[in-house]
Amino acid sequence: MKPKRPVFLDLWRIKLPAMGLASILHRVSGVLMVLSIPLFAHLFHQSLEGPAGFAAASATLASWPVRLLLLVLAWSLLHHLFAGVRYLALDLGLGLEREAARRSAQVVIGAAVAVLVLGVML
Amino acid sequence: MSRNASGLKAWLVQRVTAVYLAVFLTYVVLHLILSPPADYAAWAAWVARPWISLGLLVCIPLLLAHAWVGIRDVLMDYVKPLGARVGAMAAFALVFLASGLWALQAVSSAGVR
Repeated sequence: MKPKRPVFLDLWRIKLPAMGLASILHRVSGVLMVLSIPLFAHLFHQSLEGPAGFAAASATLASWPVRLLLLVLAWSLLHHLFAGVRYLALDLGLGLEREAARRSAQVVIGAAVAVLVLGVML
Repeated sequence: MSRNASGLKAWLVQRVTAVYLAVFLTYVVLHLILSPPADYAAWAAWVARPWISLGLLVCIPLLLAHAWVGIRDVLMDYVKPLGARVGAMAAFALVFLASGLWALQAVSSAGVR
């Protein structure tokens, strides 16, 4: 028997703490990268087929829709990497106190965006 | 017991693969951004370098293992009907397998030409 528990999913009134936000973004970024695996396997294979394949893959990567996608995936990789390093630290028992965990979550979320913006500008 | 052991194994796999991917993919992405290959010959030669080839051949199965544990956790959390869950897992497994074999073949072909 499943116990009946209250469910509260009023998204406008739920305020996720920084740790929760870093966590769900870790998940979202992971799923985005998983969905892009076939595309990158294809581009990687195509680029190594020969000069014509390399040119075709380069052209695909230079097109605007793909560049936009690459921007999203660059953020995904950065956030996933930074949040992942934070989780490894938490696993080792580092920064488990609430305030430290909140601070590190804010740093992770901010750093991914900051590095992305910096990378685009340079 | 076996269920717990399998969960522990997945937990461990996720962390070990994460460390490799964090180091290797950071190197690859930085290399591609800082000195993008000018043409096919340069690109194939870089992929065919022994340490890069080896790194890629290790990276592909580890990345797919990492992706598999992750997407499996997501599906178990959000897709409750058993049929839909198993179907989605099978679809991802198939796409991962095809992508992995394709990429491995590309790495090995870079050394041949």
